[in-house]
Amino acid sequence: MPKLNMVKALNLALFQEMERDGDVLVLGEDVGVDGGVFRVTDDLQRKFGSQRVIDSPLAEAAIIGTAVGMALYGLKPICEIQFSGFAFQCFHQIENHCARYRARSQGRFHVPMVIRMPYGGGVRALEHHSESEEQFYAHVPGLKMVIPSGPRNARALLAAAIRDPDPVIFFEAKALYHAAKEEVPEESETLPLGRAQVVREGNALTLIAYGAMVRVALEAADVLQDEDGVETTVIDLLTIAPLDRETLIDSVKQTGRAVVVHEAPRSFGPGAEIAASIMDGAFLSLEAPIKRVTAYDVPFVGFAREKANVPDVTRVVAAARETLAF
Amino acid sequence: MPRIALEPRFQVEHLSVLDSEGNLDAALEPKLSADELKSLYRAMVLGRRLDERMVRLQRQGRVGTFAPIKGQEASQIGSVFALRKADWMVPSFRETAAMIWRGWPIEKLLLFFAGHVEGGRPADDQHDLPITIPVATQLPHAVGLAYAAQYRSDDAVVMTYFGDGATSEGDFHEAMNFAGVWHVPVVFVCQNNQWAISVPLKKQTHSRTIAQKALAYGLPGIQVDGNDVLAVYAAAREAVDRARAGDGPTLIECVTYRLGVHTTADDPSKYRSEEEVTMWEKKDPLTRFRAYLEQRSLLESDIESQIDAEIADAVQRFEATPPPDPLTMFDHAYAELTPDLEAQRAELAEREAAGPPRVGEPTPLPPRATPMRGQRMTRR
Repeated sequence: MPKLNMVKALNLALFQEMERDGDVLVLGEDVGVDGGVFRVTDDLQRKFGSQRVIDSPLAEAAIIGTAVGMALYGLKPICEIQFSGFAFQCFHQIENHCARYRARSQGRFHVPMVIRMPYGGGVRALEHHSESEEQFYAHVPGLKMVIPSGPRNARALLAAAIRDPDPVIFFEAKALYHAAKEEVPEESETLPLGRAQVVREGNALTLIAYGAMVRVALEAADVLQDEDGVETTVIDLLTIAPLDRETLIDSVKQTGRAVVVHEAPRSFGPGAEIAASIMDGAFLSLEAPIKRVTAYDVPFVGFAREKANVPDVTRVVAAARETLAF
Repeated sequence: MPRIALEPRFQVEHLSVLDSEGNLDAALEPKLSADELKSLYRAMVLGRRLDERMVRLQRQGRVGTFAPIKGQEASQIGSVFALRKADWMVPSFRETAAMIWRGWPIEKLLLFFAGHVEGGRPADDQHDLPITIPVATQLPHAVGLAYAAQYRSDDAVVMTYFGDGATSEGDFHEAMNFAGVWHVPVVFVCQNNQWAISVPLKKQTHSRTIAQKALAYGLPGIQVDGNDVLAVYAAAREAVDRARAGDGPTLIECVTYRLGVHTTADDPSKYRSEEEVTMWEKKDPLTRFRAYLEQRSLLESDIESQIDAEIADAVQRFEATPPPDPLTMFDHAYAELTPDLEAQRAELAEREAAGPPRVGEPTPLPPRATPMRGQRMTRR
């Protein structure tokens, strides 16, 4: 099995899905000749031609809007939005149309498209290049929202998203693109959307994270084991919407304590929805209030202050200890 | 380093075939058979009569808010007439006449405006998108459909509709730009009806015409008398043929007028004068086309009553529609019900089965959940 970083793993998924299905197209800014600013679409245009790997004009709304039209015709476009911070210029197409076409046409049409966007901090990037905005998409009925946490699940989830009949927003953590290599099988592999994974098991506490924060949660679990002698469960959501509430609830019924970690600002973020689900499903098992470790509710801090804003191991450990001591 | 004029210099044409008195420029008259002329007229009358009927139905509370098309029949029917069935039609929300021509049953449109989502479902063999309400957002869809048709080597053409207000939206410009760069078979039909709710054209754009906006994107643009069905058809025929031949997109600006309200929730007396409306009533697209057909003895005598009967039948079928099943609201959110939606559907099903609470009777309290506070089943 070759060892690939997340960029190469995503590229492998795109390559294999395009080979598998002639209706799959890639569309976006600089995705062709340049292979995308993060090189996720590297070499695809050379292999599949400029009609299938389209260097579009610089206009997010038309990238998504024309892709909706292509999808209504029966194609399966994969759009790249260069940074998730620019997606507000196409948010109306996503909310008004991607998410609703199946309902508006009462099943006559559907929009089998994937919108890939790099998100999140950790790469010393400018404003609009380092935010975490998954909450907007997770809130929209009709969309699915996926965030992988490593090369192997990124490849498998992207393949599943491309084959999914519904529109999928696919966030890729920039901090993970080159962070680590993992063994990724050459033969095609998918993971079901809407399922979380328990990536570490322990009976004292449940840490819930996704994307780049999974690494942080796992490191925090190591610290808690080494320094506090407690065993922590870590859940990697993988899909934000639809949320796998069952896995969360089952775990908290065992541990009685939960801490949610995300890079998005706290208020009305995924952590609130996760906490509410646990309250609904595991209220009588709770030993402590559910804690959220998140970015603060500020618009933008600049990368010079990013470390103070984005959750890190110290903050997660501190929150876990408070929860354990409650 | 001279300062020189760049070639080519651009020109925008205005096309008119039949003036408001019914005088014809025979040299520009499009080739249409007697049957085609009759069906053009019939579709325009149907558009007008249905429009008037729908406004009355709205006033009676039998349908909801509706955007009338009165005055724009020539713009819609003249353009859509140039399409084949296998071509694609992408409407905004003021195209009822064109939609009926494309095969939408009248009762389905009535259902749509009465708040039934079933009214938005095109038939399986219909290459039409449903009504789109957010202004100009349908235009990129049309360009994407056209790209897909070209990608699949189908010879389909896509025609999309919008108003003068839409030309101020970013999606209009992005769609025109993509269409130009990709050179796809799409025809943009702007129904310039002079008013975007209360904002007149001169406050919408400083351009002399809307047609000229095409030139910035490297496509042909033509302005036509939008109340002259023959001129609209001639321009649409040319644009559709050009698109089908692989020669790219066109923008057609139909200069017309919204004789009625913006929607049934609107009162135009707040923003425009009666004199202006009267002036445009003299340019009514039906009057001049009727005169043209009369001169050729092509006017059928009882056409209005036939159409009224057809509308009455459709209204009857619409009103016989059983009340909608609330539970179907979950059917088309995703291809399959998610676990959350399954639970929410079950919750609604339970409420529906229980029926409404009876007036005068206190709602019974739900059974107390056990254990209560102090009896927690936890380790604390």
